[in-house]
Amino acid sequence: MRTLTQGRLGTAGHADQAVAKPFMNPYLAGFMLGLVLLATYVVMGRGLGATAGFAGLATWLAGFAGVEHLQASAVHMKYWNDGAPLLNWTLFLLLGALAGAALSGWQAHRFSFTTERGPRISDRQRLVLAFFGGFIAACGAKLAKGCTSGQALTGSSALNVSGLVFLGAVFVAGFAVAQLARKEWL
Amino acid sequence: MFPLASFNEFSLGTELALALVLGLGFGFALERAGFGSARKLTAVFYLYDMAVTKVMFTAVVTTLVGLAVLSGVGLFDLAEIYLEPTNWTAQIVGGALFGAGFVVGGYCPGTAMAAIATGRKDGMVFVLGLLTGVWAYAEFTPGLDEWYKATSSGVITLPQATGIAMGWWALLFVAVLAFAAWGMAKLERRFAYLNPAR
Repeated sequence: MRTLTQGRLGTAGHADQAVAKPFMNPYLAGFMLGLVLLATYVVMGRGLGATAGFAGLATWLAGFAGVEHLQASAVHMKYWNDGAPLLNWTLFLLLGALAGAALSGWQAHRFSFTTERGPRISDRQRLVLAFFGGFIAACGAKLAKGCTSGQALTGSSALNVSGLVFLGAVFVAGFAVAQLARKEWL
Repeated sequence: MFPLASFNEFSLGTELALALVLGLGFGFALERAGFGSARKLTAVFYLYDMAVTKVMFTAVVTTLVGLAVLSGVGLFDLAEIYLEPTNWTAQIVGGALFGAGFVVGGYCPGTAMAAIATGRKDGMVFVLGLLTGVWAYAEFTPGLDEWYKATSSGVITLPQATGIAMGWWALLFVAVLAFAAWGMAKLERRFAYLNPAR
């Protein structure tokens, strides 16, 4: 893992002929992301999001256990969308994002079927932590009514206090927990 | 005139098609920035690579300035945008949980898309965890949404809470970004030794 440097991810453990291009200047990438968010506001009157798309997908999956079962949960009913939970705006946004990221990654030769981790843990340990982290992050995003996209980015850029408070809480907790998780990443 | 969706009747098909197009730009920008990599994302918490805060802050400032200018010249009606009401407990506790999940999981829900699109196995497993999490929330804590509404403080924005107009806030954010850019470059040099790939 020590050999994996930012600009050469694609070469690690893989026989990619082309060398991965370095990432874009972060300020330029941020400007690009800001323009996408601004366009979303200008077109839709709302910002970006992500968690609501996963919520729609989860409700669709839970629907296989029977619609009566879903009716017990106000949250499921919110995403059930009269039997069409997959026709969820944010889920389509996520599908677009998947395609956009694939396009960017393909153009820059950054596709690599690997597990991202620090040098001191195994792939398996990292995958367990990835699942656990995803679970906790989802609970936090549901409780706070948004994630880094829907609350932090979208809310803050409209000077919405809920987004700014969320952003502050994410970073304070992030720094604290990162000290306990040094072995995972450093 | 804008937002378009407020002054035009979009069909569901049009809205979903727009979501795909906007999502394309969203995912492209995230992957360009390096956010398909969990090590790049979590590096911000060890201060040796501040790309996350640089990208996020620049994006916020770009959108904020854009909204301030467009509404200032009368092209955009700020009253038409959807704003999430503030619930202090929910945003603080939920944000803290989210921050912990972000560090341990390595991604957030949006960046996980960039990770999956570029083949990261941990990104795929992270999304399985996410799906399980949103499912568990809906199954076991459906009452929390009611609690959120009952204890919400309503929509609060900085201009409305302070009486200082959005344009001034936009200028302030630009100034803070310029200062933060200098500070972040210093931090990256100071903590460069922590980078495992160095």
